[in-house]
Formats: sequence, C-alpha cells, structure tokens
Amino acid sequence: MDYINIIILALFVNNVVLAQFLGICPFLGVSSKVETSLGMGAAVIFVMALANFVTYMIYFFILKPLNIEFMQTISFILVIAFLVQVVELILKKAAPSLYQALGIYLPLITTNCAVLGIAILAVKENYNMVMSVVYASAIAVGFTIALILMAGIREQMENTGYPKGMKGFPISLITAGLLSLAFMGFSGLVK
Amino acid sequence: MAKLESNLKNMVLSLVLISMGMSAALGYVYVLTKGPIEKANKEKEVEAVKMVLPDFDNDPVKDMKEIDGLFFYPASKGGQTVGYAVNTFTDKAFSGKFTLMVGFLPDGTINKSMVLDQKETPGLGTKMKEPKFYKQFEGKNPAIFKMMVKKDGGEVDAISAATISSRAYCDAINKAYQLFMKEFKKDAQIVKDSTSLVNVNETNKKED
Amino acid sequence: MGNMRYLLNGLWKENPTLVLVLGTCPTLAVTTAAMNGLGMGAATTFVLVFSNLFIALLKNLIPDKVRIAAFVVIIASFVTIVDLTMKAFTPGLYAALGVFIPLIVVNCIILGRAEAFAQKNKPIPAILDGIGMGIGFTLALTIMGAVREILGNGSIFDIKLVSESTKTIIIFILPPGAFFTYGYFIAIKNRLSANK
Repeated sequence: MDYINIIILALFVNNVVLAQFLGICPFLGVSSKVETSLGMGAAVIFVMALANFVTYMIYFFILKPLNIEFMQTISFILVIAFLVQVVELILKKAAPSLYQALGIYLPLITTNCAVLGIAILAVKENYNMVMSVVYASAIAVGFTIALILMAGIREQMENTGYPKGMKGFPISLITAGLLSLAFMGFSGLVK
Repeated sequence: MAKLESNLKNMVLSLVLISMGMSAALGYVYVLTKGPIEKANKEKEVEAVKMVLPDFDNDPVKDMKEIDGLFFYPASKGGQTVGYAVNTFTDKAFSGKFTLMVGFLPDGTINKSMVLDQKETPGLGTKMKEPKFYKQFEGKNPAIFKMMVKKDGGEVDAISAATISSRAYCDAINKAYQLFMKEFKKDAQIVKDSTSLVNVNETNKKED
Repeated sequence: MGNMRYLLNGLWKENPTLVLVLGTCPTLAVTTAAMNGLGMGAATTFVLVFSNLFIALLKNLIPDKVRIAAFVVIIASFVTIVDLTMKAFTPGLYAALGVFIPLIVVNCIILGRAEAFAQKNKPIPAILDGIGMGIGFTLALTIMGAVREILGNGSIFDIKLVSESTKTIIIFILPPGAFFTYGYFIAIKNRLSANK
C-alpha cells in the first residue's frame, strides 16, 4: 500500500472520529467553536505524530526484542502521558506564543483515546516507522476536519430551534451521525 | 495512616513500588495465559484448515510453509496428498485488507474457503461469511472457472451492494491459486477443460 | 443499607453512559451486537472494580502530586490482565472488540471514578461504586447493542429473529447508526428523568 492510499483512507474513509469512534470525548466536548477546534486539531496533529514515532521505537526496539509485547498498553500510555508533559514544558520555554495558543489543549490530549488507539493500530498493521508517522498525521488531520465541520454546524445550530429534549449531547450525537453518514460516501474511494 | 507527603523521595518510591508490584502481577498473568493463548491461536488455525480440506491424518500446521507471504498447509492421508490449505489475503478489500483460508485439492480445484479475519462493512461485505456466497466457489477449478464477479466478466455472483468485497474475495483466492500452481505444479494435474475436471473429480472420489 | 446507595448510584442516577456521558468511544464502537456490548461492559466492570479497590487501599501510599501517574499504572495493569485473559479464553469476542480492549485504559469512566470516588473512600464503598458503575455501563451497552442488532441485523445475541432474506435496517449497525442510537438513548433518559 502506498502513502497516498494510507492518507486518503485515514482522512476520509476510516475517519478516526466518524468511522472508528476514537477521540469522541474531545470531539463532543471541544467542538463548539471553529477557532478552538483549530487549536485543538493543531495540538493533536503534533502530539499524535510524535507519539507514533516514540511508540514505534519502544515497540520495535524494547518490547519486541525482550519478548514482552504484552506490556504494550501500559508502556504506551505512560509514554504518551509523559510526552504530553514534555511537549508542554518545551513549548512553554521555547515558544511561549505557540504555548498560549495550544497550551490549554495539551492536558486534554492524554485522555484522547485516539492517540493511544492509533499508536496501537499502527503497530498492529505492521507499518514501518515513516508509514506510522504519516498514518498518525493523516489520522490527526482527519480528526481536525471532523472537529471543524462539527464546530461549524454547531455554531449555526445555536440559532435554530430543535426539540428541548434533544438539547446538549443528543443533538450533537445526531449531528455527528449525519456527518458520519455523509462520510460513508467516501468509502470505496480507494481501491 | 496519614497520607504521604509529596516530597521527591516519597513520590519516586511510591511510583517505583507500585510499578514493580503491578509488573510482577502482570508477568505472572502472562505466564499463566501464555499456554492458553497459543492453544487458542493454534486451534483457530487447525480448525480453519480442517474446515476447508477433505479428511487428512497428518499435522498440516507442523508442515506449514510460507511462500511470498501466503501460508501453505499440506494435508495428506496415509501418505497420499489430499490437498493444500492456503492462508491468503487481499488488500483490495473495501476496508483495506482481509484474510481467508482456501483449501485446494491436488489438481487445484477449490474444496472450500472461509473468511478468517475481516473488517468489511457489517451487513454488506460481511455477507461473504454466508453460505450463499462462499458455496459458489466449492468444487470449482480456477483454471476453467472465471474467478471474477459477473460485472467484470467472470462467473462469480457478487454480494449485492458489496461488489468490492466480492471482488476482493476472488482476488485472494486467485492469488492463492496462482502461487499454488507455481509452487506445487509438479504434484498437480493441470485441468484444461471441463471434461478433464470431471475425470479428476471422479478419480478423487475413488481414492476416498 | 447505607452502602447500597453506592451500588445504585451508577445504575440510574449517575449512569456513566447516559448521564455522565463518559466512555463514549467504546459505547459507540462496540455496540454493533448485544454480545459485544455485554463483553465490553464485563471487561470494563472488571477493571473498574479492581482499580477502585486498589486505589482505595493504596490511597495513603500515593503522594498527591503523582497520583494520576500511579492510577494510570494500576489501571493499565488491570487492562492488560483482562486483555491477556480474553485473548486466551474468549478469542472470538476478543477479535470482535479489537483495539477497544487496550483502550479501556483511557476510558474516562475509570480514571474519573478513581479521581472522584475511590481515592476519597474506603475499599468497600469503592468496590460497590465500581460494581454499580460497571453494571450501569454494561446495561446501557448491552441494551444499545441489542437495539442496533435487532434493527440492523434482525437478530439478538446471534439468534436470528427474521428470515435470512428479510431486509434489515443496515444503517443501524453502521457507524451513523451508533450516533443516532446513542443520541436517542440519552434523549429518552433525559425525558424519563425530567418526569420525576
């Protein structure tokens, strides 16, 4: 499989939020404004690509040689949590303006199951290092697209009427369902 | 007992102790489950091989050979080869990749086939697990049976609304067949037309 | 009786799926069939009960500043235990749930309960809270799974309810169906609670 395929699959066909159900929490929690969605998306792209690089190293250079693949979950989650902290610290020191923009989203990423999920999936699919990082970046861009689309719809929705009982999560979920339906149209895009 | 203070010594000590305790527990569970996991994996393999082949009395898993990413399981009965099970895959599926097991008789005729692992759309592509679809391959020889869906000019009835999955199924079997013919041609009688196929089938029956 | 309220709390009043809306990823992803919902629920309950118990037991040994890291280690260990056990004894279910078994570790319900309940309470209430929350989660997942399986596949727990040729509403076992079903479930729960 070539890179173009991986990217298109990750962006649209197997969209991380709308088809694979990873990272639903930030999707429903953050995506009420287009602007914040952009910030969150940028932070996720950065962390995901980095996390996949690091977890690849750990899996193939530590866990596999030692034959302790079963420690995968525990080591990956710790590494991701650690990574987020380090990124936060470095950004704070080295790029305060970027930190201002992304800072508040970083702690949220640890609990974003997409980061861990994609790291595990990349190992499971046996991607090589470059592929793994490309895959993670594409997935994260897909995440951002879903987030922004959702935020756009939500901003409009504030001005429309819908049944009171649907307020909050129900209407968000139904909207996500319709988006997901639309994204199903992409399936079969890659042969 | 009072709560430990958050000083460096306590923090490091407590984390190290918890990690060590948990790792020990994990190691123990790993050792306990290692056997059953291997057994479960092997059983799945043997089960699949048994499903797609006629009766055999050897251990095909032991004699398994990997050729170009496909796995060949030779089966024999009383020293006589009765067929080969092939673990094959396709990456032309709707959701990327799926694997299936297909059993060939020595002449290349398909005995049976079954899906091992797939991520196709539930309710559409997953219909390839239903007899209505996979039965149509049984007893067909790819040398004379056009292993393509009807839309592409073949003889395979595609699952409605899941042409890509059906096409991928054919692709996986074709891949297995091509490689099987290349590698095991010497033991295989090549079928050229339907009359010889009937003959071969009859000889097989006699051997049973 | 005093302790029973911990158990009941998770079932309805603070149902993790329908009221707290935590653990949304597995809820949406695995409820394509009732059996998957039940399996996921059981696995999560196991982790929840044991991590609650251990955290309640060890809470005084864990300095505040590193508590999250310690919790994550404990939770991840139990998740791995479930992972290995399911791989060994229920390979079919394990394959169906896929990546969502290791992902129990980031299920917000578990860390949420550790943080909000287990670290402030004694072991017995912590276990009961875990069981209550776990059963609440399992019930919600199983019922959602059942609804989606009946509508989308015409079967329940793999038992066919309609003939092979009957057309079912496939959309319910596809991704959009997950969102729709979940949305309506919360709406219905809100409606029922509002009536009281």
